[in-house]
Amino acid sequence: MKNKGLAIECTGITKTFGAVIANDNINLSVNFGEILALLGENGSGKTTLMNILSGIYHQDSGSIKIAGDEVSINSPADSIALGIGMIHQHFKLVDIFSAMDNIAAGTPGKLKKKSVFKKEIIDISEKLGLKIDPEKKIYNMSVSEKQTVEILKVLYRGARILILDEPTAVLTPQETDSLFAILKKMKEDGCAIIIITHKLNEVLAISDRVTILRKGKSIETVITSETNEKQLTELMVGKPVSLSIDRPVPENVEQLLNVYHLSVTKEDGTVGLEDVTFDINKGEILGVAGIAGSGQKELCETIAGLIPIKKGAVLYNKENIIGKTPKEIIDLGISMSFVPEDRLGMGLVAPLGMVDNMLLKTYKNGRGPFVDRAPAKELAERLVKKLKIKTPSVETPVRMLSGGNVQKVLLGREIESEPNLLITAYPVRGLDINSAYTIYDLLNEQKKKNAAVLFIGEDLDVLLELADRIMVLCHGKITGIVDAEKITKEQIGLMMMGHEYEGGNIGE
Amino acid sequence: MKGGISVSEAVKTSKKEPLVRIIKRAERSNREIFTLRLLSVVLALVAGGIFILIIGYNPFTVYATIFSGAFRSSMAFQATVKIMVPLLISSLGVTLAFKLKFWNIGAEGQIIAGAVFASYFALFHSDWPHFLLMIVMFAASIIGGGLYGLIPAVFKAKFDTNETLFTLMLNYIALNFIVFLRDGPWADPASGGFPKIARFAKNAQLDKAFGIQIGWIIGLIITGAVFVYLKYTKDGYEISVASESHATARYAGMNPKKIMLKTMFLSGAVCGIAGMTQAAGSDMTLATSVAGGVGFTAIIVAWLAQLNPFGILVVSFLFSVLEKGSSVMQSSFGLSSYSASVLQGIILFFVLGCEFFVRYRFVFRKKGVA
Repeated sequence: MKNKGLAIECTGITKTFGAVIANDNINLSVNFGEILALLGENGSGKTTLMNILSGIYHQDSGSIKIAGDEVSINSPADSIALGIGMIHQHFKLVDIFSAMDNIAAGTPGKLKKKSVFKKEIIDISEKLGLKIDPEKKIYNMSVSEKQTVEILKVLYRGARILILDEPTAVLTPQETDSLFAILKKMKEDGCAIIIITHKLNEVLAISDRVTILRKGKSIETVITSETNEKQLTELMVGKPVSLSIDRPVPENVEQLLNVYHLSVTKEDGTVGLEDVTFDINKGEILGVAGIAGSGQKELCETIAGLIPIKKGAVLYNKENIIGKTPKEIIDLGISMSFVPEDRLGMGLVAPLGMVDNMLLKTYKNGRGPFVDRAPAKELAERLVKKLKIKTPSVETPVRMLSGGNVQKVLLGREIESEPNLLITAYPVRGLDINSAYTIYDLLNEQKKKNAAVLFIGEDLDVLLELADRIMVLCHGKITGIVDAEKITKEQIGLMMMGHEYEGGNIGE
Repeated sequence: MKGGISVSEAVKTSKKEPLVRIIKRAERSNREIFTLRLLSVVLALVAGGIFILIIGYNPFTVYATIFSGAFRSSMAFQATVKIMVPLLISSLGVTLAFKLKFWNIGAEGQIIAGAVFASYFALFHSDWPHFLLMIVMFAASIIGGGLYGLIPAVFKAKFDTNETLFTLMLNYIALNFIVFLRDGPWADPASGGFPKIARFAKNAQLDKAFGIQIGWIIGLIITGAVFVYLKYTKDGYEISVASESHATARYAGMNPKKIMLKTMFLSGAVCGIAGMTQAAGSDMTLATSVAGGVGFTAIIVAWLAQLNPFGILVVSFLFSVLEKGSSVMQSSFGLSSYSASVLQGIILFFVLGCEFFVRYRFVFRKKGVA
């Protein structure tokens, strides 16, 4: 087995979907014993390229060489046989199986004796310094443990080329550090690694070289030690961008929403929120940090009146809104937008155009049985201009728009309704840098209009810069409400893992 | 590393590009799509012609017979429209439910329920003034069909039952209920033991316009009404949102269950009207064949027309032409009715198959690039 030289060499890869050119003559190479970062905005073609390598798509033209030999990858099975292992952003594990069973599932060859198999897994993990209990069930595992199982799964099948799609998106800073340590060990062991990420600091920390994609083309490949965040951003976006976020100081601080001892049970019967108490002030952005699934969704849906609660109260202008219908809550001026992983989620209707999506909360306005579409059309056209939404027409189904534009449609509508309380979860999820900054500006604009903003985010760096206060959730409990200016990323990381903040909470 | 296959070994096994690949194509223009569909009909006729040739007839004369069978005289044309009326109306009925992604395959049952309700007044209150009686029968068919459509919706709302099975089973209940009425309470005493329900009095029969029962006017009005309802009303907007996701509907302040109940009532009601026009306009009695499979054909018509009311108008007309023409073909050539069904099947296969080519294309491996 080769441990040196070129692991993957892609030349002139082109792939189109209908009229959309996802990959346009892309060149990319990675050596054994090297970590290559693949950097690019959303829609720049990273995922398509990786799906070609893992056999999900087949390129229209271009050639792929694995370890020097030209190959044609026609199915995921071919890809695995070639020693390519893909670690997806969303884990593909069977929850009720143990780590061992998950690794065994889909591995070709005869089923081995349990003890032999277990020893093999432990051997591989010890070699790389992975900590794993092969008998532990997936549903008992933390996110980073699950990721370890995913890595082991591809290693056990003999992968020498690893592709990781945004592996750090769901990890705390501490977990990210330990993942990087593992990746470095694998690199020393001679593996070739491609890591896809949006986060520039991570690119600089882990990679040897960086290939930048923009609009489906490979723009440039740079050596990590010879570059910096600024240069990478410029290459990625195509023009210089300022990377600082504005944070106006809140004025006329006055409480708008008080949440008292709120407990919510999830649909599956597990704890959603447990005894959560906090306030939001007018003219303030309250950031919420936490590992995905720590109760963010339940918090949003409770305030929007979409799910029943177990106990507690939510006071809006000193009036309890628990028990009100979603419609009554919308009429009070509370807007909620939750951007789920698939982007469309419940805020937008995929097959409808922008105009009809603008109507979602206002279609009942006006008398008579007919819908008045004129104001919605006007609003849609205004948003297209203001937010630079790319769409063939305001009647084009939003399903056809790219992720970033879909989010602009959703957030634009919510902000245009001039809410008093704007709840927004993951509004910049997967957005390119320019669009993300547009969204931050919009949120600050709301703040200046004296609206209260509850901002649920993923990127701690952004939370630290944008929010006035940060509330940290862990397993549905609040582990701290802190002043964003007086806290470090590492402290928040610890709170996300369940360590209570010791400096005392503020605002209580 | 254990369990792995060496790279060079694997390369040998996967050198070739696949022979055929399926690729999503760019959006076609409406003109192209129209041409493609037209082509599919032509191909269907050619394939059907080969079938006719195999069973030993001249395709041209057979096709000519089908066409002239539907249009040759005003009587033939009237018969064609008579076939079309219940098909058109019930296709519009199921469309309402399908727009909400409620898989109502119980149009048969709803047609029967509407017919039964209307027949009650036709049989036992035929002395009422004609106009009043018509209005009452019309309203009764709406209520009958609507309530019958409401049953599966209520159970789905309350217990999350499967509407496909539920509506299907209700068809058989309705069908056998007519048999019960025919053999028992509503048996015609004057039939001399022959199982049938009495013929409606002249006063209880639907009027005619241009020699055809006025069901065709009702059908045209409902076509326009369904189009406007789905496209321009608040209720129609609610359907388009709730069909996509109940979570979104709730988020927008709608009540998805209420929308489902309302829509299924309407869907059943429209099918019920179809039953009333068939019983009081064509059969002049309540026959066990009042639905006669129309409720199932309506599903095909609705989908072929892609749930567009005006498309349904066209498709249900073409279906009726085929149906009427085929019956003439059967009698003039002595063909079995199944050969007509084979022809219909061939045509459907091509027309539905063409939708694939609207969205995808095949790419074959280039020669020499192995």
